[in-house]
Amino acid sequence: MSDKHLSTQFDSELSGISNRVLEMGGLVESQVAQAMYALTNFSDETAARVLQQEERVNQMEVEIDHDLSAIIARRQPTARDLRLLIAVSKSIANLERVGDEAARIARTVQRLINTGVSTRLRLPVADLSFEAELAIALLRKALDAFARLDTARALEVLKQDDQIDQEFDGLLRKLITYMMEDPRTISSSIDLVFVAKAIERVGDHAKNLAEAIIYVVKGTDVRHSSMASVENVVR
Amino acid sequence: MDTKVDSAATEKLKLSVRDLNFYYGKFHALKHINLDVPEHKVTAFIGPSGCGKSTLLRVFNRMFELYPEQRAEGRVTLDGEDILSKKLDVSLVRAKIGMVFQKPTPFPMSIYDNIAFGVRLFESLPRAEMDERVEWALKKSALWNEVKDKLNQNGASLSGGQQQRLCIARGIAIKPEVLLLDEPCSALDPISTGKIEELIHELKTDYTVMIVTHNMQQAARCSDYTAYMYLGDLVEFGPTSELFMKPKKKDTEDYITGRFG
Repeated sequence: MSDKHLSTQFDSELSGISNRVLEMGGLVESQVAQAMYALTNFSDETAARVLQQEERVNQMEVEIDHDLSAIIARRQPTARDLRLLIAVSKSIANLERVGDEAARIARTVQRLINTGVSTRLRLPVADLSFEAELAIALLRKALDAFARLDTARALEVLKQDDQIDQEFDGLLRKLITYMMEDPRTISSSIDLVFVAKAIERVGDHAKNLAEAIIYVVKGTDVRHSSMASVENVVR
Repeated sequence: MDTKVDSAATEKLKLSVRDLNFYYGKFHALKHINLDVPEHKVTAFIGPSGCGKSTLLRVFNRMFELYPEQRAEGRVTLDGEDILSKKLDVSLVRAKIGMVFQKPTPFPMSIYDNIAFGVRLFESLPRAEMDERVEWALKKSALWNEVKDKLNQNGASLSGGQQQRLCIARGIAIKPEVLLLDEPCSALDPISTGKIEELIHELKTDYTVMIVTHNMQQAARCSDYTAYMYLGDLVEFGPTSELFMKPKKKDTEDYITGRFG
């Protein structure tokens, strides 16, 4: 939002709420990274920290939602201001879900540690790292696009989400092979399938964020549209 | 010059404006306006002061003819008939196109006569039918319950909001086809404003309503179509929900989001 409103107060309310979304985004991004660190290093301490941050993320969602309602009530926004606020509302819901996925991974790590599985079996946890790196990079790119309201970058996010989906499919095949080779690993491998699924969902949330950005800037809802028609909108 | 006609494509049209120019003496107040107003819909005109929105409304019932230095060029047709034509009697135009002004303007007479006065100019009704017409107009304008026991009281004794609804009742009593409202709520409190907006919604089943308002939220709330005007130009015209959610022109967006005005 480069152009200024007549009301500078309104401008600062809008930029304030956008900054809070980015702050929340930064927090959940680090949550996912820490959850993956906890997994690859079987760090109980790091997993516990992820679960602690979960409360902070939930709190932020509630606070931003409250500010959002207050701005709508006081300013009666229209056009792109209204679209920005709607996008903020959707984005924080998605970010909160990313936080949930990180917490899900952290709880899995704790279970693997507590049941002694992590020391008894050699689990292929490192194989999940690449999918997680992709998802975290995608989330960062989506947040970056949100900060600049950059539709070209948002479009890249939409295109790259496919990579994560492919990586998930590959992991699934790998874990199935693993389970077939050694049935003792079935239970913990299923845990890892859920972790891989959680990471894949992070990519989906990044994609939703990117769609919201295109909606703010172009005013067109591109959800459930073909890539060709989205490209048309962004161009 | 933009000759493209802004129209509500699929609606039945009531009033069409073609290449309308309006002058206050040498001042060019409306520039090449092209517009199609759909029937039985509420069309709102918004824009900063001096953009020409009230002027446009005043052209629609030839109110400007009261002033010799003001003139309109171009065509304004009501159901295909050119209402700017000198051959057409101005009082017939105003019988079809009624107008309500910013400040409530009750006549200094009883509530009953405020409404009967206009009707008597066009029709001579027996007493019973006139009573019916007055009751009908007051009911239509959501004022009946508040005044039915004091029809002989002076119109000026009513509150501002009631006076404005009385003026609307007076406007519709002669059964016009189009109702022009020039800032009908700017002098009213929020409750009276709410009642008038509700009334506007009711009225569109029988009339084509055009409203000029400074209050953008009011235009957003009660109109089906909105026209944004600036410095005598019609900048953008379209369905209200689209214009307020995703305007086509940046100028419109800057105005409705309060980045300029």
